[in-house]
Amino acid sequence: MSNRPIRVLVAKPGLDGHDRGAKVIARALRDAGMEVIYTGLRQTPEQIVAAAIQEDVDVVAMSILSGAHNHLLPRVVELLKQEGADDMLVIGGGVIPDEDIPGLKAAGIKEIFTPGTPTTAVIDFINENVKK
Amino acid sequence: MLILEYIEKLLNGDKRTCARLISIVENDEEEAKNIIKNIYKYTGKAHVIGITGPPGGGKSTLTDKLAKELRNRGKTVGIIAIDPTSPFTGGAILGDRIRMQDLATDPKVFIRSMGTRGHLGGLSKATQSAVKVLDAYGADYIIIETVGVGQSEIDIVKTADTVVMVLVPGLGDDIQAIKAGIMEIGDIFAINKSDLDGAARTAAEVKAVLDMGPMKDRKPPIVQVIASLNKGVDKLLDEILNHMEYLKSTGELRKRREENIRAEIIKLIETEIMRMVLKKSQANQILDNTVIEVADRKLDPFSACEDIMKLFSSNI
Repeated sequence: MSNRPIRVLVAKPGLDGHDRGAKVIARALRDAGMEVIYTGLRQTPEQIVAAAIQEDVDVVAMSILSGAHNHLLPRVVELLKQEGADDMLVIGGGVIPDEDIPGLKAAGIKEIFTPGTPTTAVIDFINENVKK
Repeated sequence: MLILEYIEKLLNGDKRTCARLISIVENDEEEAKNIIKNIYKYTGKAHVIGITGPPGGGKSTLTDKLAKELRNRGKTVGIIAIDPTSPFTGGAILGDRIRMQDLATDPKVFIRSMGTRGHLGGLSKATQSAVKVLDAYGADYIIIETVGVGQSEIDIVKTADTVVMVLVPGLGDDIQAIKAGIMEIGDIFAINKSDLDGAARTAAEVKAVLDMGPMKDRKPPIVQVIASLNKGVDKLLDEILNHMEYLKSTGELRKRREENIRAEIIKLIETEIMRMVLKKSQANQILDNTVIEVADRKLDPFSACEDIMKLFSSNI
């Protein structure tokens, strides 16, 4: 399975309608040779996890700007665990205050990318952390 | 190998296993062979529906609505949605699920997005294998949504039992341009976005094009739909089911499937021979040397091919 592309689910949990960031990331990952499954706005954690399972992705990347990150992102990790899919790499991005980041990481979100992150940082992180 | 364990789980309808097996048939040719060999006897039960047509015609939305209509009628559904892979980076954005939000959490629906990964013809290379996995998994109906097609992406006919060609008003004279090729593969024509101006005219034009064709005992029906408003979708599904009845009652289903199986086997033989010849000729540097000779105009490509084939025809 050496040459297979990395598959990434780019999802927008919660109720904010701002998907520019998610689209920029989706596009950058595509250009880095990854297969990006983009599911659109206003996803519930249940929808995100169902899609991640069916699509058998390596990475679940969530963009959130609504402020509900402390609730929604850990919920996705929890549901993935219930489905036996906790080997997937879960990352998040958006306007997330610094003080919330340690808690999110403790809950199983492997990295949080805040505004100003170059897309290459996200690409490098995925390439380094996906189990091949 | 854990393969028998995997297959037992698949036959019991385990979602994660189904997803894993589709990844394997997509990524690893050797393992794919192993899997298909073991599941083939459990396949052939699903009605495979192809949804094809030009980009932006509403194929994803229509697929979503058809799947919902099938669910209303108590059926289970597998969906394979194909989007193009970049020929430059190998990356892809697979966005068909955006139109299928409500189906995501329905336990009786399985949706898988696939990139074409360099395969032309409207499908991805592993689509046929993925269909077999979903078939063994127990989907009553499998809907394949092709990439947006232009004029000659007709692989879908070799995979689906029923091909629905989705057209939209406003293509105008383009109907004329596409009448040879993709216009010939529709078992059913859906005129989507039929609330737009010119829908009736488009339907009439399609009918005219079809009437010009050879006399067949079955004329493809033309159904006007508005997928986004779920209008006409039930009628379209009725026509899809009628088509299956027609295929069964006339013996056409068996004939069609035999033709497709023949094409599939020939394709596999081609691939295998290619692999054998290239492996040997590359190992012996014959190909490299021949390339140089042809580039120097000492040899032409046809003679080069004949020379290489002669070398191997004895030990194939």
